[in-house]
Amino acid sequence: MDEVQLFLANIWFVLIGLMLVFYVVLDGFDLGVGVLSLFACDEDRRGVMMASLGTVWDANETWLVLLGGALFGAFPLFYATVFHALYIPTSLMILGLVFRGVAFEFHENAVNKRPWGLAFGGGSLLAALSQGAMLGAVIAGLPMEGERFSGSVWHWLSPFAGLVAVGVVFGYALLGSTYLILKTRGEIQRRSYRRAGWSALITFAAGALVTLFTPLMHPGVADKWFNWPAMAWIAFLPLTALVAFALLLRSLRRRYETAPFVYSLLIFVCSFAGLAISLYPYLLPPELTIVAAASSSKTLVFMLAGIGMLLPVMIIYNGYQYLVFRGKVGAGHGESGSEAAGNAGGP
Amino acid sequence: MEWLSDTVFLSRLQFAFTAMFHILWPVLTIGLSLFLVLLEALWIKTGDHDYYRHARFWWKLLLLNFGVGVVSGIPLEFAFGMNWAPFATATGDFFGNILGFEAAMAFMLEAGFLGIAVFGWHKVPRAVHFLATCMVALGASLSAVWIMVANAWMQTPAGVLERDGEFIVQSYAAAIFNPAMPSSVAHMWIACLETSLLVIGGVSAWYLLRGRESAFFLKSFRLVVIVAAVVMPLQLLIGDEAGRVLAEHQPAKLAAIEAHWETNRPGQGAPWAVLAWPDVAAQDNRWALEIPDALSLLITHSRSGRVQGLKDFPVDERPPVGLTFYSFRLMVLIGVGLIALAWWSLWCFWRGDLRPERIGRRRWLLRSWLLALPLGYVAVEMGWITREVGRQPWVIYGLMRTSEGASALPPASVATTLAVYVLVYGLLAVVFLVFARRLILKGPNLQEPLPGENSGQDAGTAYG
Repeated sequence: MDEVQLFLANIWFVLIGLMLVFYVVLDGFDLGVGVLSLFACDEDRRGVMMASLGTVWDANETWLVLLGGALFGAFPLFYATVFHALYIPTSLMILGLVFRGVAFEFHENAVNKRPWGLAFGGGSLLAALSQGAMLGAVIAGLPMEGERFSGSVWHWLSPFAGLVAVGVVFGYALLGSTYLILKTRGEIQRRSYRRAGWSALITFAAGALVTLFTPLMHPGVADKWFNWPAMAWIAFLPLTALVAFALLLRSLRRRYETAPFVYSLLIFVCSFAGLAISLYPYLLPPELTIVAAASSSKTLVFMLAGIGMLLPVMIIYNGYQYLVFRGKVGAGHGESGSEAAGNAGGP
Repeated sequence: MEWLSDTVFLSRLQFAFTAMFHILWPVLTIGLSLFLVLLEALWIKTGDHDYYRHARFWWKLLLLNFGVGVVSGIPLEFAFGMNWAPFATATGDFFGNILGFEAAMAFMLEAGFLGIAVFGWHKVPRAVHFLATCMVALGASLSAVWIMVANAWMQTPAGVLERDGEFIVQSYAAAIFNPAMPSSVAHMWIACLETSLLVIGGVSAWYLLRGRESAFFLKSFRLVVIVAAVVMPLQLLIGDEAGRVLAEHQPAKLAAIEAHWETNRPGQGAPWAVLAWPDVAAQDNRWALEIPDALSLLITHSRSGRVQGLKDFPVDERPPVGLTFYSFRLMVLIGVGLIALAWWSLWCFWRGDLRPERIGRRRWLLRSWLLALPLGYVAVEMGWITREVGRQPWVIYGLMRTSEGASALPPASVATTLAVYVLVYGLLAVVFLVFARRLILKGPNLQEPLPGENSGQDAGTAYG
């Protein structure tokens, strides 16, 4: 029975990891475009940037809702501890997502577009910063007494969380700028190449520091990483990320359109896989293991039948949506933003 | 201002406020998306392009509404962990799982196909577009089903066993199909239809009153009248069933809703208070306008059926009386009024007045629809107050108290977030109303190019 439970809990750890990667990558470029839109020189350009997300933003954001629901069902203790402990950054993230989410429709309908352009950019930045701080706080660990979080509401605030927040914001900016390279032309695309380069460098620096500090904070992680022969297997991930980073810089220099986005995705996937391996078998090192946080076997199986089976279907029709709306913004999008894209998106 | 230092109360207030704000949007999304399925089906079947233009017009309103609905739903997905961590830990095994289901099945359908349904008119084949519209509607309705399953389980928990303070599922069938589930799901879903019918009917009536595009808007108005004539009375029957479940499983809640203090003696019927002034300290009503035997009749369908009074329950297990009493009555009053409106409209339809040349004679009917536009929302909010305040002092009825479910947060943090929600949501509501008004003033685009006729971009050349 316990082995079954262990097996199911591990499956859900992998599935939730998968949902997290989907969310971070998809809403990552989404939020990244938002952050970059703060630097757009006029509302027309901001309109094009928003139009590039018009068909996908709410599906992207839905991965977060799915992630919340799946965590609540599969690992209730983790869900309860983390969001109780991260009350303030979670509230800030929600506030950011609320403003950037309504901005899509409101920007479209408004006569004075500026406030909603700012709500879109500012909200995206706030959400990205909060998500980074939350991730940092979870990696650093949260104090627990029995089944309850025992720290203060400000426990999450630390230099390490700040470092991760910077990494996440620039990581999202990297995804966002490479996405814009893919979806736009002309001036926006030209600027995106430059921004992608800067974002990549800062993301890389922050990522390297986080990778350095994590084993220092948790001896268990260090044991795992610096232990022959496991190291040879695990080292595959940082090496792949390193190669992808080099290829990314090269593709930016050569002005490729698709490759930068693909390499950025690869860097993100490697980073999160590395993080998952570092944390395993903990959800919250060193307090809470995957098994201790998991729901009953019955529930995990029931969820697997419902959500687990639907996951491939979701991925397929999400993919279909991207396929239908592939190509540059302004090349005949149904309605939203096509007017704006028409006069600003051309070269 | 003592409540400002009471975390449990502040968390309750915050949940009530954010949930009551959020519910406003999905009720319209659910009903309006079904209406859009109907419009698109009619367009494909009859070839009448007015239905297509109707669809395009109502999609704009749906999309505006949907955006606020999506973002105001996000706080709720995390609120259980943030403000209700002990509740989340105790109930994750069932309640959390069901929320996960809601997100997966329903929300992904909704958000996944929405892009195609909104932007894909000229990009995908007609059948694929119709499928996308259907999936959006299906997703929205499924969403309501799972949320009501979870909520009904909090009202009449079943199928779980307590182990070390956690409720572990023994039988999924029993937990999902808990006693309150069928009537709760039906009641909420029908409420969504009613609210949406009132919005569509009210907006159509506004155009008809102004004589703008009368022939066009009579098409939507007639559809609304036909559906409303069936849906409005159906709600009364379902409400009656919900009352019966209430009497059986949540007798203290029923007694509070009805301000019914003393259990009626055998052989005597319990009266139904139309209006009353409940006095909690005196455990009685200061005055009441009562119909003899009516409560027994309503609940047990027998003149002298036994209905338990509030005094039968310990003081610390009684829900608040006044609020539930009046919110329930307002909801019922609206429900009955809507039946009258629906049947009056049907009668006018039967008399042949819902035609462009004769609709001018029915200005009072149209005015009534315009006035009734917000009533669905009011009834939904009143229903939720009755339902959730009536569940107190329990978070899971009879098993876990609300006070035991709250996170130990500093009151200042919760008070701050509550204040921010009030400000931000207030702003969103105002901006939504401004933009919705603008959309309605602008009206439908009757020159809207048809899919396939013209490859999308050059509007206005085909079908003037």
